[in-house]
Amino acid sequence: MAGFDKRVASYEEALAGLEDGMTVISGGFGLCGIPENLINEIKRKGTRDLTVVSNNCGVDGFGLGILLQDRQISKVVASYVGENALFEKQLLSGEIEVVLTPQGTLAEKMRAGGAGIPAFFTATGVGTPVADGKETREFKGRTYLMEESITGDFAIVKGWKADHFGNVIYRHTAQNFNPLAATAGKITVVEVEEIVEPGELDPAQIHTPGIYVDRIICGTFEKRIEQLTERP
Amino acid sequence: MALTREQMAQRVAREMQDGFYVNLGIGIPTLVANYIPEGMEVMLQSENGLLGMGPFPHVGEADADMINAGKQTVTARTGASIFSSAESFAMIRGGHIDLTVLGAFEVDVHGNIASWMIPGKLVKGMGGAMDLVAGAENIIVTMTHASKDGESKLLARCSLPLTGAGCIKRVLTDLAYLEIQDGAFILKERAPGVSVEEIVSKTAGKLIVPDHVPEMQFA
Repeated sequence: MAGFDKRVASYEEALAGLEDGMTVISGGFGLCGIPENLINEIKRKGTRDLTVVSNNCGVDGFGLGILLQDRQISKVVASYVGENALFEKQLLSGEIEVVLTPQGTLAEKMRAGGAGIPAFFTATGVGTPVADGKETREFKGRTYLMEESITGDFAIVKGWKADHFGNVIYRHTAQNFNPLAATAGKITVVEVEEIVEPGELDPAQIHTPGIYVDRIICGTFEKRIEQLTERP
Repeated sequence: MALTREQMAQRVAREMQDGFYVNLGIGIPTLVANYIPEGMEVMLQSENGLLGMGPFPHVGEADADMINAGKQTVTARTGASIFSSAESFAMIRGGHIDLTVLGAFEVDVHGNIASWMIPGKLVKGMGGAMDLVAGAENIIVTMTHASKDGESKLLARCSLPLTGAGCIKRVLTDLAYLEIQDGAFILKERAPGVSVEEIVSKTAGKLIVPDHVPEMQFA
């Protein structure tokens, strides 16, 4: 790697340094905009005892779901685990620890983590099980919960296009949690559909500035659709 | 007769106003989009990060990168914007959404709502529901008035883990439209052909029945 050239040549290199017991923050919403190949590489590496922070945990046999099969994940921080029978089974049996977190709070935890803000207050979850054991405070007559931010040893991100500087743009709603995850990893790895020539991306249209990105790799994607719905 | 799902969606759609930004939950709320009154412009927000959700794509035009919060393939309408989930929930939490419609398992006279978990039975997660009910001023809950076993879902106090506390003011069931005020449900409208007595018998929480309870009208 020279200067600002963050491209790596292989998925093995992309996830070099990922070890047992680490925390991995993943972009994606459902199966949309998930770093499929980086997840496959974690499976191939066989890294275990991972804490995974992601809105969902894939489905049976695809996305993060494949890491549940080999029990590589010991803890998940997520907002929604439906549509994944194995996950629900491991959760109910206590094999896996799950911290169910409201979606907006999860997004903000990543954003704050990447922005150097250790905690924030939100009205979300006040008076619900989410508030258990958390500090509350009143502002302007309303009660708010203190939520701590999240950072990860690794962030795995799916972008659309990037340049070798690590500037990334996302495609449509595949953006979702990806730019937030990208800010919150000690090592942030972004896989994209296309690496473009320097200068090709409009600087004013960059979603994730290269400063957040450590490694870039170009991959091919299955992009599985969870709920195909079409106009009658 | 109890309202059909379509009629419930029609009734909720009457609460829309021109220029509203609206978040519709999964299930009956999604159907509301089909009944936005002619000549009215409304922007639908999908909490994964889309403002200005359009119709489902034509056959063969679905794009895996273009989905709504229910993970269905959708399109973006003219004037739409797409952004991160943090931006999306900033809109929600910041009170910028004009109307939120979502389903529930239970609602009580204190405006509490339970919609995300049945201990020991169903663990799917809250998704964005807790943020939506905490952030919105104007919320309509849609649900059946009673369970299949006839148990009331309008309670003195929710029995299931809450999604939000003291945040619900309006409920549309298949039998009635009710408001919540000062620790009671107020019966505002009844479904066509449904008697006040039936609604009273199926409402476990305190219910105030005004002298006149109009029937909902459907074309």
